[in-house]
Formats: sequence, structure tokens, C-alpha cells
Amino acid sequence: MASRVKVATCSLAGCFGCHMSFLDIDERLLDLLELIEFDRSPINDIKTIEGIVDFGFVEGGLCNAENVHLLKHFREHCRVLVSVGECAITGGIPSMRNHHTLKECLYETYIRGVGVENAHIPDDAELPLLLDKVYPLHAVVRVDHYLPGCPPSADAFWHFLTELIAGRDPNLPLQLLRYD
Amino acid sequence: MSQAVTTQTQESVQQILQKHPRDAGELLQILVAVQHAYHWVSEEAVGLIAEHLRVTRAHIRGLVGFYSFLSDSFLGDYVIYLSDNITDRMLGNKEIGKYLCSRLGVKLGRVRSDGRVSVHFTSCTGMCDQGPAALVNGRPVTRLSRERADRMVDLIMARTPVSDWPPELFLVEDNFRRSDVLFRRAFEPGAALKSALLRGGDETLKAIQFEEAVDPASGIAWKRGADETLKELYRSDLRGRGGAGFKAALKWEACRDTPAPERYVVCNADEGEPGTFKDRVMLSSFADMVFEGMTLCGYVVGASQGILYIRQEYWYLKTHLEAVLARRREAGLLGRNLLGSGHAFDIAIHWGAGAYICGMESAMIESIEGRRGKPRKRWPLPVVAGVEKRPTVVNNVETFAAVAMVALKGGAWFAGHGTMHSTGTKLFCVSGDCERPGIYEYPFGVSAREILRDCGGLDAQAVQVSGPSGTTITQQEFDRTLAYEDLTTVGTFMIFGPQRDMFEVVQNFTHFFQHESCGLCTPCRVGTSLLANLVDRVAAGKGSPLDLEEVQRISHLMKTTAHCGLGQSAPNHLVDSLAKFRGDWDKRMMVGGFEPAFDLDASLEEARQLTGRDDDAAHL
Repeated sequence: MASRVKVATCSLAGCFGCHMSFLDIDERLLDLLELIEFDRSPINDIKTIEGIVDFGFVEGGLCNAENVHLLKHFREHCRVLVSVGECAITGGIPSMRNHHTLKECLYETYIRGVGVENAHIPDDAELPLLLDKVYPLHAVVRVDHYLPGCPPSADAFWHFLTELIAGRDPNLPLQLLRYD
Repeated sequence: MSQAVTTQTQESVQQILQKHPRDAGELLQILVAVQHAYHWVSEEAVGLIAEHLRVTRAHIRGLVGFYSFLSDSFLGDYVIYLSDNITDRMLGNKEIGKYLCSRLGVKLGRVRSDGRVSVHFTSCTGMCDQGPAALVNGRPVTRLSRERADRMVDLIMARTPVSDWPPELFLVEDNFRRSDVLFRRAFEPGAALKSALLRGGDETLKAIQFEEAVDPASGIAWKRGADETLKELYRSDLRGRGGAGFKAALKWEACRDTPAPERYVVCNADEGEPGTFKDRVMLSSFADMVFEGMTLCGYVVGASQGILYIRQEYWYLKTHLEAVLARRREAGLLGRNLLGSGHAFDIAIHWGAGAYICGMESAMIESIEGRRGKPRKRWPLPVVAGVEKRPTVVNNVETFAAVAMVALKGGAWFAGHGTMHSTGTKLFCVSGDCERPGIYEYPFGVSAREILRDCGGLDAQAVQVSGPSGTTITQQEFDRTLAYEDLTTVGTFMIFGPQRDMFEVVQNFTHFFQHESCGLCTPCRVGTSLLANLVDRVAAGKGSPLDLEEVQRISHLMKTTAHCGLGQSAPNHLVDSLAKFRGDWDKRMMVGGFEPAFDLDASLEEARQLTGRDDDAAHL
């Protein structure tokens, strides 16, 4: 038990769908817990990584300053960083706003939007500022592996993790890369 | 301005349409004519063409979007394209471009507000031995200097039509510096064709001598002449000059032996490989030889239609080429009754519209049929199903010229030159850092060093053989030979002197491929863009060793999985450069770490302005 692999996960500009799909490994979760130990993760609600963990799984792209801080935190504390899912790898659905300027987006939502009262753009210092565009993770930090899919299937997660734990290059077999 | 253009369009687009058959295959030729007439293809013109050819507007817009020299917005009364090959860059084209723009008061790529003029960069225009070069309303201006730019500006300011510009501005030189056995003396039109016919025996001989018609019904002598000519071609062991080196005789025989009611002969004069300009010289000064080679091919394979597919950059040769074709028709060397034989062969000219990929034979065939130039699946080969799914021979301009000489002087004579597996001679397009750039003819097997000595470029640090898709050789490799046994080549020979930064060469080539990828397959479409981004990243001083690994990984992926030769060979120069000129990369590399691809703090600037915040959390 002492040598369980430490894993941390987080979701940035994503929908948590990848995390949900991960949990879909169902009863294999019990087998997995023999092999791994969760550090910071929405699964156990630990907020920061102490020390160094073996694997970091990051879902979602980068849409604001907080995302960037958290991603850098992961990069600094994870031996191996995995970019998980469409949004982390390409920006995904959130990056559809990249066709517009940030101003257009915020005006549409907070100024001109239907039913908006007391129209103003939120400026509370507690809110993380939005980046001009949504970026994929590898634009900001070095990424070691990519786990594609929207979301990656539970089998893909299982295969990927068990391969990583076994010390192999986690190449997905073709059937786990088919989405139709 | 646009209103005036619009009312004009209606009538004269109709005029253009009247000149073309109502055939969807004519679409590209019509669009080229419209673009030349109006400097754009208006939505109104699209409508008229769609109606005339019964094709969809979307299909037409698809072509306008695909070909570089077609435009869906008005480009101005004067349209200037500056050639942007690395050889033009080395001669200062960027500086000339800036100068032109500032004197004309126009932003690069934008039309001046009065609609007078626009200035753009374009891929190599095939004037590398006399650059920096440009095209003004389709006509080439070479050896651009501030002085020549000033003259252009004055003429544009004075609204002088390009047809009234002084001819010396448009002077294009052959710079044929060394001829060997193939291009030593002027070619007598018809001589090769007559030699071929004579191989058939007495009857044909009589027909030619006494101008009697050969009875096409008997056709024995006619057929024998064709068979004997093919045998000569086998004896010559002539290999295609387009770079791949496929044996011409094999190709011809396969085409001849595929049963079909009609066959085609296509001459590939797309010559898009940056640094290549031999086809231009061939077609300027040896057009008869090329057309005769095509006619011989028609004779041997049994085709009655030849097509010269020529790149848009050589539009200025149109009048000349049409005149040569007309003269040959008059002399009975083309037309319905070839040399009184009763057999037909004629040649039509198809214009490209700016797409490197169209040099690839099946993409070219797509383009000939009036579509976007996208390569077809590898099988069936064009010799089985090419133009209109008919057996088609596609050969390079230089190959057809060589064929004429084989017919004239015999296969054994031809095979007596060159090397064991690369017979005959080859034209080399020498450009870059040397004293005498131009065309050099050598027997195959010549060493790079010999060419460098002859052109005065021995102090070179590198030569790019066969263009960006070819091989980069260093000083240590100058004794390698140019032949299929060693360095395969289309003939491009770009020389880089000791003062050059080889990384800039890479950057130029990478962007060339990014622009020219046809978009059909993902490895090439995405790969060329990723490579360009990575190279730019290194150029910006943000490259890490990881980025170089990524370059290698993507290069390997493209070489092994791209659909056609473009994508497969696009990373060649990168792999060569990383192996041979690592120093020029390393001096740009970031020391350690990983740098974000963009400025993090700057990416928050818009949000800072919108919220008026400037606290610590508002910065990265």
C-alpha cells in the first residue's frame, strides 16, 4: 500500500464531463484505488497539491487568469502532466468565443443581453479576469501526454491510467480513438 | 468604382462566356479570363457563370477561394504580386515591397482607397535568376530595384495602362549559360516528327517527300513508325524530368495499351517548385521542341488531343505560345491532318491560376477538368484513367523536349550521354549566391561542385537541390552527383553563400508549404501549419528542445501518412536543416524551460480595460 501512485486532477474551462466519464469506470474504481491515491481533486475536494504527485490530469482549456495559475501549479507539482479531453487539447467548445472579441462577448451578455437590468460588466476583484481567447493547455505549459475524446471514454481512462502506472507509453488502441 | 465595375461586368462577362464552350470543364479558364479582365471575380460574375455552365455558385466560389490568383474582391486597377522565394528575399524583395507600398500609399495586401492599386506577396514566380521579381497585371518585372520601383510608381500614378509601359521593364532573359547536346542548336520544326514517321518505312517517306496523303485505312507504315519510335524511346531509357524519374517509354506504352476511344497527352508546365525556371526558358526559346515532343507522344500512344497546362505566372508567354501553335498548324505539324497523314493531333493551352499542388499530375488533371486542384487517389494511374477518365500521359516540359531529340537522333545516341541509370542531359536552374545565375545543361552525373565552379558559387555553404521539397547539401557533400543514382532533382539549384542564415531559408520554405497545402488530407493541412508555427516560435526566440522534438515527430508523421508528394516531402528541408545546420537553430533557442506560446499578461489587457481593474490579480 505504501507505494500507491499519487494522482491529482482538476477541471479548468471544461464541463466536468471528463471527470464524470472517469467515474464511469464503475467497479474498477475499487481496483484503481489499490493502485492510486488521490491528491488534489474535485473527487475528494482537496484544494492544493502538497509536494510532488506522479500524475496530473487536467480537464478543460484556459479561459481566465485563475485557470493559468492552477495549471502552472499542476505543472510545478506533477511529474507527468496529462491534457485530458477536447477542451484541454484544442480549447474545445469554450474556444468558440475566439471568433469574437472579449468585448463583444461581455457586451452581449452583460450589457445588451435580453432582460439585463443594471447593466455593467462585472468588475469585482474576486472574479478572475478573462483571457482574450481560450487557449489549449500546451500553449502555456509543457504537456507530457494527451488523452483525447469528448469525453474520453471510461475505458480510455482505465487503459491510459493502467498503462501509465505500469510505466508504459499510454498509446490508446484504435477502438478507443473511435468516436462514431 | 465598384458601381462602374458592376455595370461593365454584365456585358463583358457575357462576351467572355461566348468564347468558351458550355462545359463545366471550362470553368477555370473562364475565371482566369474574368480575373484578367476585371481584377476580381464579382458575385455578379459568379452568378452569370453559374447560369451559363449550370454549376452551383458554391462550386465557383470554391475555385476562386482555392487558386491564389483568383480573387473575390476587387484588387485595383494595378495588381502587383512580389515573388517571395528565398532567392528573392536574399535580393531584398521585402525592402522593395515596403518601398513600393510607402510610395504608392498602400498597405500590403490591401487595395488603395481609390481602387488604384494593391501590392501582395506570392510564391516563387520563376524568375529566380533575375530577381527580385514581380508581376504587374500578369506581366513580369524582373531585377526590381528602387529605381525600377520608382518608374512603376510613376506609371501607376499617371494611370498609364500596363500595355503602354516601356518594354524594357518587362524584359525577361533566358540566361542560358551552358548548353550540352540537347539544346546546342536551334530545333527545326517538324524534323523529329518526320524522323519518327520515316521509321515506319517507304510509304510514309513517299508521303512526306511527294506530299501525298498516306492512306489512313492501311495505316501499316503509320503504325510501324509509332512502334519504332517507342522502341527508340525504350533504347534512350529517358526518365521523366519532373523529378520522379519514371521511365517515359513505360508510361507511354501503358497509355497506348489501355483500350479507350480517346487518349490525352498533357504537358506539365506548372513548374511551381520554388527556384525552378527551366520550363519558362524551354517555352520561351524551345517551344517547338516541346510541342513536337507532345505531338510525337500523341503519335505513339494514339491520342489526338494534347494539353499544355501552364502556370499563371507565365501568362506573358500566351501570345508567343499561341503564335507557335498557329504556325505549327499552318505547317501541318498540328491539326486534323498531321503531315498529310489523315491523323489528327492538336494542342490546347490550359492556364493554372496559382496553386503549387497543380504540378502534381492528378491534381493537374482535376484542374484541367475545371475543379480545385486536389490530388486524386493513387489508383488508377492517369495512364489508365486521366483526363475525362481517359488514358493520359503526363510528362514534364523538359521530358517532351528530350523526346523530340530522341526521335531525331535515336535512342542509342541519347543513352550515350549521362550515367547508367540517368541517361541524357538535364537542365539546372541555378540561382542564389553565385556570379552567373541561369540555366545550365549538363549530362546527368555532374557533381554539385562542377556546377558551382561554372556558375561562380564555390564559396557556398549549402545548396538546395530540387527545391524546398528536395535535399539540402553542405560543403562536405559538393562532390555528390546529380543523377537518379544519388541526388534526384527536378533541376532546381539554389545556392546559399557563407553569409546566409540557413534558418531563414527554413522559415521561408515552411511558410511556402503552409500556404500551398491543398487541404485535402489532415497530416499535410494541419502538419504544415504546426510546423510553420513551431518554426516561428523558434524564430521568436521561444523555442525549446521540446519544440524541436515536435518538429521531428510531425515531420515523420507527414512523411509517412500524407496523401501525396507535397505533404510527404514538405518536411524534408526541416529534417535536413536540423541535421546539417543545427547551429543556426541553436543560436535562437531559449535556454532551458518552456515559454508560453503567447504573452500571458497581454492576453488579460482587454479584460483589464473592460473592467477597469489593475489590481495584482489582474496581471499574470
